[in-house]
Amino acid sequence: MTWADLLFLLPEIVLSIGGCLLLLAPVIGGRNNGVAAKWSMLLLLVATAAAIYVAAGAGIPSLALGTLFVADPFAVFFKLLFVVVIAMITLLSAEFLEDGRYSAWEYYSLMAFALCGMMFMASGTHLISIYVGLELLSLASYILAGYYKNETRSTEAAMKYFVLGATSSGILLYGMSLIYGACGSLHLEAISQAVATMAGNQALIIGVMLLGAGLCFKVAAVPFHVWTPDVYTGAPTPVTAFLSTASKVAAFAIFARIFYMGLHSLEPDWNSIIATVAALSMIVGNLAAVTQTNVKRMLAYSSIAHAGYALLGVLAMSEIGLQGVLIYMLVYAFANIGTWAMVMLLRRREYAGENVDDFDGLHKSAPLYAFAMVVFLLSLGGIPPTAGFIGKYYLFAAAISAGYAWLAVIAVLMSAVSMFYYFRLVVAMYLKDGAAADVIPSRQVRFIVIVCLIATLTLGILPERMIRGAARSIAPIVNLASR
Amino acid sequence: MTESFVPVLILILFGIALGAGMLIVNWYVGTHRRNPSKLAPYEGGVPLLDTNRKRINVRFYQIAMLFIIFDIEAAFIYPWAVIYRDATMTSSGIALFALGEMFVFVTLLAVGYIYVWKKKAFDWN
Repeated sequence: MTWADLLFLLPEIVLSIGGCLLLLAPVIGGRNNGVAAKWSMLLLLVATAAAIYVAAGAGIPSLALGTLFVADPFAVFFKLLFVVVIAMITLLSAEFLEDGRYSAWEYYSLMAFALCGMMFMASGTHLISIYVGLELLSLASYILAGYYKNETRSTEAAMKYFVLGATSSGILLYGMSLIYGACGSLHLEAISQAVATMAGNQALIIGVMLLGAGLCFKVAAVPFHVWTPDVYTGAPTPVTAFLSTASKVAAFAIFARIFYMGLHSLEPDWNSIIATVAALSMIVGNLAAVTQTNVKRMLAYSSIAHAGYALLGVLAMSEIGLQGVLIYMLVYAFANIGTWAMVMLLRRREYAGENVDDFDGLHKSAPLYAFAMVVFLLSLGGIPPTAGFIGKYYLFAAAISAGYAWLAVIAVLMSAVSMFYYFRLVVAMYLKDGAAADVIPSRQVRFIVIVCLIATLTLGILPERMIRGAARSIAPIVNLASR
Repeated sequence: MTESFVPVLILILFGIALGAGMLIVNWYVGTHRRNPSKLAPYEGGVPLLDTNRKRINVRFYQIAMLFIIFDIEAAFIYPWAVIYRDATMTSSGIALFALGEMFVFVTLLAVGYIYVWKKKAFDWN
């Protein structure tokens, strides 16, 4: 534990200091909301530079601060993805903060702290450091969900999210404490060594189940999904984009790391439980989404289903499974943020522009946006020329090679169901006439839609670099798991 | 392993049985002569001034929350101080590191303090 260790945490340190400065900026002077986004982007740029600087020395896993953190390629992959996602959400948020009814500085400060927490999660190799990162992310998310503080729905969303989130954190902590009791350590590698020698230990099994329940809450998997539709609908749309993308990706980063690094040799097989959760998430998420008329609610249920797909990669416990999780998170992030940007595009007041009807006739008034929306929805559904196909291909292949063919069958069937409700939006845009004519996209939203469109198509048509990058990123963890 | 918890289970059951048993016996054996002043929340006979389910000014919660944060700060410094004395005994430079860490912690709280102060959270009017 030396000062040099702190270099590994450079991106997190930059974000902490930056978050504090953004928080203090309005009270010390400068209440100009418009400048906040620019400073926030500058902060993200510096954080990216710091992350790349750390990544440059990250060929071998190097532990920092005792054994709390590791700067391995897995962490670097997720950190860079987080920065990109938060940068896109910062741009998306600029418009709704501009009118000045809600302070922009605190908003971006909370985003910076949330990003800091996500980075801690990505590189944590110790259950406590992972938990602290998770809490930093969660606390920021609770406040962000209630950012429309004068709107009942937003406050309600924040309250529900906070109460249920705090409960799930408690469950998670209890699970960790039982694991500590059984294994004598909270460090993932020590846990994996201890787990291998203690088949059928009851305290350990209960601990892992509670830990899994807490994690399933964070990724919004059935049966721990009840908060998702209400919170996603009530929160401001950019915050919903943040919750359904950044927060979920971060939760999957720790889900994968804990299970692949710490619990890969757990006996008896916990996979059947995860398989049930995954199957339920896919079925409930997709079937519930079919009947929704509110786009935000529909996408909330669809995000539950996506958590189910990604769980296939976690339970496969193989190289291709972990690779699938990384690829899926990447493609999901772009398609999902693109979709939310389109919902933002139709937003006129706080919650307007979020019914399926609001998409009516978009093809006539804004053909490019309608096309982009189709691409995003195809990607979410997993149809070939788009990136979503690659992600689903890896996950389903992982499930089959791990002996879960029945799960892959459910996944494919449910993907077909998902195309049904995604195409309701396509039908609304292309085959109906409607009042969607007054779309006035801001520069930022237009930019995000274009970026996501290009990314989704490029990653779908030329996926080799992404696949190789994912393979490199998972190498240290897979080596550990196969040892 | 599970068997070793049987005494705990017996203790829990005994506790429940004792509490419930006393209430039930009291209910059936005791005499009940109720009158309004006996049923009042404070049996001393002082009449209630007002209902107790009223809205309370949000400032009370605010002050309580702010108090907890800075209270925890103080509580956190105690164990640190104990460890810090041990750390100064070694010569590995870890004492300086620990001192720096505590400065970081206090600085972060100071940022929050400045924020709530400037936001007039302590302003009682």
